[in-house]
Amino acid sequence: MSYIIIILSAVLVNNIVLMQFLGICPFLGVSKRISTAVGMAGAVAFVMVLATIVTYLIQNYVLNRLGLAYLQTIAFILVIAALVQLVEIILKKASPALYQALGIFLPLITTNCAILGVAILTIQKEFNLLEGVVYAISNAIGFGLALTIFAGIREHLDLQNIPKGLKGTPIALITAGILAMAFMGFSGLV
Amino acid sequence: MDQWKNFTKGFIKENPIFVLVLGMCPTLGVTSSAINGLGMGLATAFVLMMSNIVISLVRNVIPEKVRIPSFIVIIAAFVTVVQLIMQAYVPALYKSLGLFIPLIVVNCIVLGRAEAFASKNNPVSSAIDGLGIGLGFSFALVLLGSIREILGSGKIFNFTIYPENYVTLIFVLAPGAFIVLGYLIAFINRMKKA
Repeated sequence: MSYIIIILSAVLVNNIVLMQFLGICPFLGVSKRISTAVGMAGAVAFVMVLATIVTYLIQNYVLNRLGLAYLQTIAFILVIAALVQLVEIILKKASPALYQALGIFLPLITTNCAILGVAILTIQKEFNLLEGVVYAISNAIGFGLALTIFAGIREHLDLQNIPKGLKGTPIALITAGILAMAFMGFSGLV
Repeated sequence: MDQWKNFTKGFIKENPIFVLVLGMCPTLGVTSSAINGLGMGLATAFVLMMSNIVISLVRNVIPEKVRIPSFIVIIAAFVTVVQLIMQAYVPALYKSLGLFIPLIVVNCIVLGRAEAFASKNNPVSSAIDGLGIGLGFSFALVLLGSIREILGSGKIFNFTIYPENYVTLIFVLAPGAFIVLGYLIAFINRMKKA
């Protein structure tokens, strides 16, 4: 039961992009086409789950054991940066097709605050490893959901007659605001 | 004169939020009140200035290929410093900013300035650049935070302006952040053309 609550809460109620404001850069940056949005969502999901597992193990079996918990930020960002590189190298060798699809998005992910954010939140919420993995997967789904919906809306916006001053970033932000309002409708769910 | 220009460019001309549209996560996440915006802005400004100085000092020692990881480690070190200082002296503010303090590490503005400015210029100009951009960022956060606080809770810096019965709550909630920033950028674009 608690897993269902984690999933519902992360995907809909506390959506990582629209409610917690993590990963706004890719949300605004790669949401012009649905196809790129789906690619980005896939890459983020992949790295987010891996990063959460690795950082969880490092926090609990290295940093806490050695009394170095205050090095969390430095350790996590290094792990994530190394992990992204590693995933890139492995994908290139093992699955060129997947690499083709996700390749260009991978380097961008190192500085995606959603990854580091979820890794830190998993520690802060004191989840166990399985709950942490479920939490990471649901956040990845939430990210993908928000990104794809937003990309769909933006594809339509391209065809509309928008006042000059609002073109580009302003209209994108206002659209995101209205989308966030729609997601607030889920707030009673959990 | 050049240094003065170097300092002031962060406020309007190269304002990281309004013009470059960088560092959106903390911008939207912490500006539910002016004081939170100010705290976040100053914390980022400190990290930006210190990391700019250090990166500029070691810029000739670091090999080209491991440039970015080295920058990130230097930035993460200063973020940890800020984290520990804030936890000790302003625990209430630290708590309300929450996750966004460690996330200064992945703020594109900090890495962006390291790469675009500090890795090419001397420590003095880099320090001034970091301080200027940092204060420009703080200015934008306080502006956004004030507008949201006035509209959403009828206060500014916790000072009541009008009674709570007339507030529009949506502006301190998540959607308000997107909408206010959207209109603010549109307004600034309009002013620039005029």
